[in-house]
Amino acid sequence: MNKLEFISALKTEANISKSDAAKVIQIFFDSMADAMAKGERVEIRGLCSFYVKDYKSYTGRNPKTGEKVVIKPKKLPFFKCGKELKERVDY
Amino acid sequence: MTLTKSNIADAIHKEIGFPQKKCSEMVETMLEIMKRSLEGGDDVLISDFGKFCVNDKADRKGRNPATGEDMMLRKRRVVTFKCSSVLREKISGDSA
Repeated sequence: MNKLEFISALKTEANISKSDAAKVIQIFFDSMADAMAKGERVEIRGLCSFYVKDYKSYTGRNPKTGEKVVIKPKKLPFFKCGKELKERVDY
Repeated sequence: MTLTKSNIADAIHKEIGFPQKKCSEMVETMLEIMKRSLEGGDDVLISDFGKFCVNDKADRKGRNPATGEDMMLRKRRVVTFKCSSVLREKISGDSA
């Protein structure tokens, strides 16, 4: 399912216009992205939680050429699946 | 500070002006749509944010770390998240 399909599902199920559905979905993901950009945790009960993990700089290697490369410090979102989602997706 | 469903419902209320109750219902509806899709084995792709993927994990041998006992971990299905480059840059800020 992509964003467009998500928008039309929300439009039908929440009984709102397509443009409102698009805005609502945008706000939903923007709120999460903005929180993480500030380094905050995100916790959506039943679906998932995210926290921002700090990675230090390290020297890696290009696996193709064997060349050494310096990897700069970075921050990545760490995803944890929520209990309800986990149980529903598993066999 | 942790962002929760109610903060998202508030943001929708402020920006679009739907009643508070309608906003929390819509958040639940969105979550249900995503969960239903993933439950059916269909990945959820959100451009500029990332993708929620359903992955099958095979049976594997494991060990109970407390007792040292060998055990078989059954095959299972899990959800993983792949961050988009847009989100990654947003989070990493200037250091990216």
